[in-house]
Formats: sequence, structure tokens, C-alpha cells
Amino acid sequence: MLKIKDLHVSYGGIRALRGVDLEVPDGKIVTLIGANGAGKSTLLRTISGLVKADSGSITYNDNELLGKPINKVLEEGIAQVPEGRRVFADLTVLENLKVGAYLRKDKAEIEKDIQWVYSLFPRLEERHWQLAGTLSGGEQQMLAVGRALMSRPKVLMMDEPSLGLAPLVVQGIFDIIRTINQQGVTVLLIEQNANMALKIADLAYVLETGVITKTGTGAELLADESIKEAYLGKKKK
Amino acid sequence: MKNKKFLIVSLILAAVCIVGVLYVNANMRYSMLASVLQKGAIYALVAVALNLLNGFTGLFSLGQAGFMMLGAYTYAILTIPVAERIAVYQYFDGGIIQFCLPMAVGLVLAGIVPMLFAWLIGKPVLKLKSDYLAIATLGFAEIMRAIIQWKNLGPLTNSSNLLKRFANYENILFPMVVSAVCIAIIVLMINSTYGRAFKAIRDDEIAAEAMGINLAKHKMIAFMTSAFFAGIGGALLAMFQSSVQAAAFTSAMTYEILLIVVIGGIGSVTGSVMGAFLFVACSEWWLRFLDDPLPYLGVQIPFMRGGFRMLVFSVVIMVVVLFFRKGIMGDKELPDLWKKRPKKALKKASKKEVA
Repeated sequence: MLKIKDLHVSYGGIRALRGVDLEVPDGKIVTLIGANGAGKSTLLRTISGLVKADSGSITYNDNELLGKPINKVLEEGIAQVPEGRRVFADLTVLENLKVGAYLRKDKAEIEKDIQWVYSLFPRLEERHWQLAGTLSGGEQQMLAVGRALMSRPKVLMMDEPSLGLAPLVVQGIFDIIRTINQQGVTVLLIEQNANMALKIADLAYVLETGVITKTGTGAELLADESIKEAYLGKKKK
Repeated sequence: MKNKKFLIVSLILAAVCIVGVLYVNANMRYSMLASVLQKGAIYALVAVALNLLNGFTGLFSLGQAGFMMLGAYTYAILTIPVAERIAVYQYFDGGIIQFCLPMAVGLVLAGIVPMLFAWLIGKPVLKLKSDYLAIATLGFAEIMRAIIQWKNLGPLTNSSNLLKRFANYENILFPMVVSAVCIAIIVLMINSTYGRAFKAIRDDEIAAEAMGINLAKHKMIAFMTSAFFAGIGGALLAMFQSSVQAAAFTSAMTYEILLIVVIGGIGSVTGSVMGAFLFVACSEWWLRFLDDPLPYLGVQIPFMRGGFRMLVFSVVIMVVVLFFRKGIMGDKELPDLWKKRPKKALKKASKKEVA
């Protein structure tokens, strides 16, 4: 279980997170929703070790992650799909996947995982020789997810996987998220597309200006009136 | 099977090249062709080393001439025979170094010394991005050139005087083999996990970091490797010219090498190699007749006089850059051109299944 306790983070002179408490139980899909600038991405970047925290703690199975460099966090089994896909445009699809397994040394197992990713995303196998920059947005998102899976994570953190994708493609991505979760990977999903995200979430949090303001199961939050108003586009009466 | 074919073809090509070079060595040791072959091979090595930085790791460095100079000086200083030192260091009482290392040791040290300097300046400089890194490395090269010419360092570097009479090669195959081996090592590195990490850093630093790639470490490895091979290239250049002078390693030399990398194709090793030979051949040999004011078929052609070659050369380069936007090879390698696109292969396979 990934546990975050009283986390404070300043980011570029702004106090982005002000005492966040959050739990990601094993095997679940946990969603974090919030408006622009609420601190969602900062939280994710702090967990993965890209941003330093002021105080608080982040533990995974009772191991402290805070202060550890990013490669150690990855070795603990926490990988991330960065916001905006960020595939390596001038590398082939296959090379992208291999970079994802950068910290691993077991060649045979890596080969197995490439086949696993191909089975999740058959489109990637068709295009394995193509440069990643020539893929469509949806395919690039698949590649970004596949690349993160290549480190064989126990927890996969995704930062806005639906960003800039057509609704049909977004549906496909969310289906894949569910499939990945069913294969035993815990998912921490950060989304602005609250409707979709809450539908697949086992557990959901709402982050507002650096503080968690609501938690509950996905269904509970979907039914919540104030959430509907703020994030789901229900008209005020 | 295909790999075997490829291996056989490349072995035959290599054998033909070696026989050709040996023929040139035996029959026209001091011809233009021989010197283009030597200088081309040396520039190819230095260009590939620069390409490792600029093309594969995305670090825009302009310090190449500086590292070459350090390599050339290291090699020259350490391999002048003791008996000759009094003549070479005539203004400095024979200099302070009174030993002479074998050629091979000198050549390796010519790589190691620039590599250490690269480590030293890489610590602060590699944190800079794009143009700022270029300016810092360019500054480093110029400062090193000034320091080597400093009078008080004369007993070590012979100040701004020539260094000569150091160990040299007999057969022109030597620089070609050395640079071929070095380029092969760089290619092996590019194709390893390190190379993939370099390319990942080039494409997207943030994503590369998220994959657990240590940015500082890999940039440093690329920078030091590039400096190592630039140093060896510098030592070979010293041997080719059979004398060294700091004044020759100007920023113009770096730009020549950068030009080779750009014309050959940023991110293509074979492109850099071809670019090096073409560049050297064009600038030193093929366009040489333009400098000749002699009348052709009784007609005195205007403008044909000393220096006109460089003007035509600039136009040629502009034309090349206009029509080959990504260089001769782009980011492809020569063998890629013969490879079938896997898509076609896939289509064939699926057609077979249908049938």
C-alpha cells in the first residue's frame, strides 16, 4: 500500500501541497481529480522523486520513499506515465519500450514483458519499427503506458492519460487501464476528465489548492452534488 | 542468414579498402590522395565523436578543437625522443620532461588527458542547456589554447613554438586503422543500453529521467567519451602534420568538424564518416584547380586565382544544405538504405496467411 501522510511541497516558490493525506491500497484503481493548478501533477512528481518535499512522508509497504532518487523509487515498483505522453520521438517503438526497462538487467524477462505489452496493445507490435514521433496521439499514449509497464511496476501512476485525445480513443485507454489493473497492477490515476475517471475508480480523492477536500468511492463522488457542479458540468440552478 | 551476407559483404569491402590504401602507401605516399585519406580518416573520427554529443545525446558542444589540441599536445610532449628535446625546446633548455614514452602509450594518454579535462569542466558546464553549453565549451577551448601558448608554461608546452620530431607512423594505414577501431567502439556504445539512454535524453530529458536514467551521469559519460576520442584524433592529426602548434586549433577547426557532422547528418555515424572524406577531399583536392590562374584552352578565366576555391566551396556547402535539409544521411545509417521496411515484410506475411 502506498501511503502519503501530511505532505507539504513547495514548487517554484508556491506552496503547491499543504498537508496531503492519501492512501493507495494494493490492487485498486485510485483516482485523484482536481482543477488546473490544484497540485495533482506536483503530487505525482513528488512520489516519483522528481520534486523534493518540504515535510511529510510517502511510504510504500512501510518503506520510506521520500528523499530517495527516482531510480530507487522505480526499483520499489512505482512507475509513472508522464503528462502529455512524452514518448521519445526519434526512437522506434521497440526502442522506447527498451528504454522503459532501462533499470532492469534480466534480458529474457524483458523480452517476455515486451510480448506482454504487445498483447495489451497489438497496435504497438504492428508499428514496432516505426519512429514514435510518427504515431498518432492515441498510439503515443499507448506507447507511454507500455513504456512505463516495461519496468514491471506494482503501482502505475498516470498523469492525465486522456489529455488531447478523441473521446473514442479515451474510452480505449480507460479500458486498457482496467485491464492492466485486473492483471494485478495498482493504478493511481490523475485526471481532469472526472466523469470517466470516477467511473472506473475504486477509490477517489478530490484535490483543491493543495488540500484533499473529499474522498470516497468513485460511485459516491459521482453522485455528490458539489462534485457534479464543480467537475462534471452540471448547471447551477 | 541476412546477417551473414551483410558480414561477408562488409569484410570484402574492408579488405578492398585495406589493399587500396596499401597500394596508395606503396606507390604514391605523398600524393594528394594519400593525404586526403589520412586527414579524412582523422576528421571522420573527430566528427563521429562530436556527433556522439551533438547528434546522439543532444548536447551542443563546440569544444572539439580544444580537446583535439589537448590530445595532440599530450601525445607530442610525451613521445619526443630525449635526444631531440634540446633542439625542439630550444628556448627552454630542453624542457622539463626528460623521458620518452612509446607511441601506443602516448596515444592512449592523448585520449585520457582530454577526458580528465572533460570531467573537470563537465561538472559545472553540463548543467547548462543548448546554446549556453555551446558558448561555455567554446570558451573552454579558446582558454586552453591561450594557456598552452603562455610563456611560463614553455618548459612543458614549448609556448607558441612548434613541437616536432615526436614518434610518427610510417604506413598511412595506421591512422585509418586507429580511427576505424575508435569509430567501431563508438558505434558499439551507441548500440548498447548506454546509447539508447543517450538518445532518450536527447529526445526528452524529463521522460528519460522518469524512466530512471541518471541525466548527469549519462551526459558526463557522453562528454568524456567524446573528449577521449577527440584527443586521439588530435594526436593522429599531430602525427599527420608531423608538428603541433596551438595556433592551429582555432574555433574555425571546430566549425569545420561541426560542418562535417551537419552535412553528413546529425545522428548518423556513416554520414559523419562520408561527410569527413567529402569535406576534406573538396576543400583540399577536388577544388584545388580553382586556385590555379593558368589559362584553360587558351582562355584566361576571370576570378581563377588563389582563394577562389574557398568561395566556390562555400557555395557548394550552401547548395548541399539547401537540398539536403537533414544532411546526406539524415539520421539513417548506410546499411539502413538496403534494409526492407518491415511493413512490407509484414504485408507479405499476412498475404501468405490469407492465401
